Amino acid sequence: MIGLVILLAVVAAAILAPILYPTSPWRMVQRPFMPPFTLDRFPLGTDALGRDIAAGLMHGAGVSLLVGLVSTLAALVIGVPLGALAGYFGGRVDDALMRFTELFQTVPSFALAIVLVAILQPSLSSLILAIALVSWPPVTRLVRGEVLSLRSREYVQAAVVTGQTTFTILRREILPNTLSPIVVLASLMVATAILLESSLSFLGLGDPNRMSWGFMVGAGRTAIRQAWWISTFPGVVILLTVLALNLIGEGLNDALNPRLSRGDR
Amino acid sequence: MDARAPRQTVVSVRDLRLALPAGGDRAHAVDGVSFDLVAGEILCLVGESGSGKSMCAHALMGLLPKAVTPSGGEIRLDGADLLAQDEAGWRDTRGRRVAMVFQEPMTALNPLMRIGDQMAEMFEAHGLLTPRERRARAVALAGEVGLPEPERIVRSYPHQLSGGQRQRAMIAMALALEPAVLVADEPTTALDVTTQAQILDLIRGLQRRRNMAVLFITHDFGVVADIADRVLVLRHGRVVEEGPAEAVLGRPREDYTRTLLAAVPSMDPPRREPRTGAKAVEVAGLCKTYSTGGGLWRKPRRVEAARDVAFAIHQGETVGLVGESGSGKSSVARLVMRLIEPDRGAVLLGDDDLTRLSGEALRRARSRIQMVFQDPFASLNPRRRVGQIIADGPVAHGVPRAEAEARARELLGLVGLDPSAMDRFPHEFSGGQRQRVGIARALALEPKILVADEAVSALDVSVQAQVLALLEDLKQRLGLSMLFITHDLRVAAQICDRIAVMRRGEIVELKPAGALFASPEHPYTRSLLDAVPGRTRAAA
Amino acid sequence: MLGFIAGRVGKGIVVLLAIVVLNFFLIRLAPGDPALVMAGEAGAGDEVFVAQLREKFGLDQPLPNQLALYVRNIAVLDLGYSVRQQMPVATLIADRLPATLLLTGSAFLISLALGVTLGALAARRAGRPADTAITGLALLFYATPLFWVSLMAIIVFSVRLEWLPSFGFETVGAGHAGLARAADIAHHLILPAMTLGLFFMAVYVRMTRASMLEVAGQDFVKTARAKGLGDRVIQRRHVLRNALLPVVTLAGLQAGTLVGGAILTETVFAWPGIGRLMYEALLQRDYNLLLGVFVVSSAMVLVFNLVTDVLYRVVDPRIEAAR
Repeated sequence: MIGLVILLAVVAAAILAPILYPTSPWRMVQRPFMPPFTLDRFPLGTDALGRDIAAGLMHGAGVSLLVGLVSTLAALVIGVPLGALAGYFGGRVDDALMRFTELFQTVPSFALAIVLVAILQPSLSSLILAIALVSWPPVTRLVRGEVLSLRSREYVQAAVVTGQTTFTILRREILPNTLSPIVVLASLMVATAILLESSLSFLGLGDPNRMSWGFMVGAGRTAIRQAWWISTFPGVVILLTVLALNLIGEGLNDALNPRLSRGDR
Repeated sequence: MDARAPRQTVVSVRDLRLALPAGGDRAHAVDGVSFDLVAGEILCLVGESGSGKSMCAHALMGLLPKAVTPSGGEIRLDGADLLAQDEAGWRDTRGRRVAMVFQEPMTALNPLMRIGDQMAEMFEAHGLLTPRERRARAVALAGEVGLPEPERIVRSYPHQLSGGQRQRAMIAMALALEPAVLVADEPTTALDVTTQAQILDLIRGLQRRRNMAVLFITHDFGVVADIADRVLVLRHGRVVEEGPAEAVLGRPREDYTRTLLAAVPSMDPPRREPRTGAKAVEVAGLCKTYSTGGGLWRKPRRVEAARDVAFAIHQGETVGLVGESGSGKSSVARLVMRLIEPDRGAVLLGDDDLTRLSGEALRRARSRIQMVFQDPFASLNPRRRVGQIIADGPVAHGVPRAEAEARARELLGLVGLDPSAMDRFPHEFSGGQRQRVGIARALALEPKILVADEAVSALDVSVQAQVLALLEDLKQRLGLSMLFITHDLRVAAQICDRIAVMRRGEIVELKPAGALFASPEHPYTRSLLDAVPGRTRAAA
Repeated sequence: MLGFIAGRVGKGIVVLLAIVVLNFFLIRLAPGDPALVMAGEAGAGDEVFVAQLREKFGLDQPLPNQLALYVRNIAVLDLGYSVRQQMPVATLIADRLPATLLLTGSAFLISLALGVTLGALAARRAGRPADTAITGLALLFYATPLFWVSLMAIIVFSVRLEWLPSFGFETVGAGHAGLARAADIAHHLILPAMTLGLFFMAVYVRMTRASMLEVAGQDFVKTARAKGLGDRVIQRRHVLRNALLPVVTLAGLQAGTLVGGAILTETVFAWPGIGRLMYEALLQRDYNLLLGVFVVSSAMVLVFNLVTDVLYRVVDPRIEAAR
């Protein structure tokens, strides 16, 4: 519940940003290093270049959500078919696909993301691509495991025996029954993607044309001793957003997999 | 039983009531049950699933699930009411005065601890003996329950033992502190029939030697006949009938008991005319070897699931495939259906060899041979309606959806279900009803051959009898041939024309049912037949 | 067991080879002439050096030959030369590696010890206030951005409270030696290791708790209760031991994330490890150094995975004794 409320607030911020703060968040609006709560017009103060922190937070919401959602969708597009194929066909196909997945799982994902964004040059699309490329392996493993166990389930064998095609069986008998764990995983992946995006932006690998929370924390880092608020507020917002998504993921898990939420023991 | 000794009651259960959480389909798991456990006697608690028999056993140990609470009655042991004692009192009772053996030997032992250490825990829990003495006792106990090489066994981990050995280890543990009462909750249900016979012998022997009172929970009247001194029949948490074993089994007073006893298939196969018509299916030289765990440096483990398996089924005939777990009988069913690929061999349906077809041709040929599965809960897709489940097959073969659904409605009637079942989901049905849906699905493609893989094994005995009757009836009416896979020789005797006995992937004997039961030739067949519980008493 | 380890090492080498190949193609993805990329953009003026590189890596030859050459160079630990730092990449990394191993190693141990302890505590008190507090805290740490919590720790513990140093590996110019130096380094290590460990602690808390509740419902736990064993013994001997197996597996899978996290922690705390080196390479767009660090950090993860695999086999008799 709390998760949903926070997430809705973030979505609202993303939508309202261009209306409430129509000017660019990069513009200098006041003297630099103005502490928070001094001027009503700029409740969260300004940063080292006199930029309005509140405006930055509002504009950053859109970037975080966009990167989180799109990269998760892209990861699903890569991960679900690979997992389904590996799990359903087994044997050599499975071996080959799992070796490939293992490779991507061994590589430290954050390091790979850094290398990818650095080489492709920082931009919104390279961020999304890099995050998607490092986050699909868990999807593949999950889907493979589910499909593998469903494939030997008797109702799937019954579908084979009654002469249904492989495609129909995957679409009608198998994938619908893997849906709930995928939904749960996806909501957690959006959270992870937002963390990754902010970490990359923090290192200066964000889209140079978009204000983002991670960038704001990074920008305040050098002045951390004089102006604590520049880094603190964006971090709190990231924390709350990620927390909200995790809570939603847990809620979905309890709702969709009732056997896991234990009541009797 | 020693006739000279007076009957000495060890435990007396009076008016036991166990409350279920509110909102269930009934208020009490057990309602007003009374019985006595007498030293040197075995009391069998029999009933179908949901009768509350297992709850009674757990109540005696103070191990009820959290949601179930005792709400009345008492359990008296040595004059004190067990239900009135606190957790410390229970801890002292468990193991020392009342010990328990569970159903699943595979999961009842801690996989990370050596068998000997788990036995020694029994003494440790009650602060008895030194660690050294505990070890010595563990070895002695292992010997007493007939575990081979006790010294080695106590150093083994559970996964290194067979199912029967694990159950022996569980029994050894239960006996460690010489309890007055042994509670055995379906201790042989998970075991093969020959192992079951050995474990029953063991329990019987130990109980006599130690003059223990035993509460034995089972659903199997054959087991009851073999082991019980007294019998108590439970239904929906209430006592139906109680008395000495001979009386309850021989002259039951209640209708329910009679129904249950009548539903137990007899070991005498009815006379059947040999079928000589055309061959509906012929299986020749079927081979399949599984190898697992192979690596760069290790030799893979090979299991032969089928070795030159060959048989034919005539039109209108039922051939049974019986054997213990791991005999390969289910693999043969799946090889015949081509759910798994054979290494060699042929499955001939008329002129077509099912093992050589592929793609479209295979898909079309499949409609001639259909399968009924074992698990009524896993064999229906939980997300599809019953009507869709039945109609999906014909639709895949080009029948228009509306026509297929009309046919599905007829089929539901044929298998004894209401046509309103069409729009409901599988979870709304009981196990027996689901199995009927599974049969309707198999019939939807109008097959010539039905392969039934343990199709009645998961059902209660009365439901099992109904489904068997349905299969027999459909076979007659539709002129079907059937391959019937089962571990239960009684079931096989009733439904099969001919029976093939399998062991380690091989058919060791294949004969008409009557001849097989009357004059088994292969020693393995004989040992299987001897092990069937309740054989001696039923024959008497 | 030796055969198993040999098998795992063999598999690891194959994976490493695949990573090197991936690396090779990543270099070619980088903007500009690969030779210039390897030289570092600023070094582009040095025509002779670029020509040397071109010859060394056979950049005028067909792609497969280039790949073979590249792999051969890496096989002898030649990761190229960093023009910006005027040093071979391998030397740069070797200098920085011990600091990273110290940081990730201690963060791992701290998080595992605290995580398992708190997770077990939460499972035992499931549904009670202690459980709510621990799971709530774990949820919070699980969502906290690593770089931010590091900054916050600096504000609180270094700037306000002045308890701990905010950056560096040791006090520069203090001239400590022996034990005094070790104590100084440990003093500097506390903040980075704790902040890096927080996230992983949260992971292990959640896993241990869930796994213990799962195991508590299994049959052998009921057997243990039927023996009359006390709750403490059951929890420790039967539940916790079995519950730890999936935690070990998870710890192995987290290795990559741990190394990735070290990049952020080292950057914030100016910890002289390979993560910090990666950040420096990133700032200077020193692609050759960047990819070198990438390969080495992947190799680190592989070694770590190997260790957890072996550990798992020691803990679980079912795999070892099988045959």
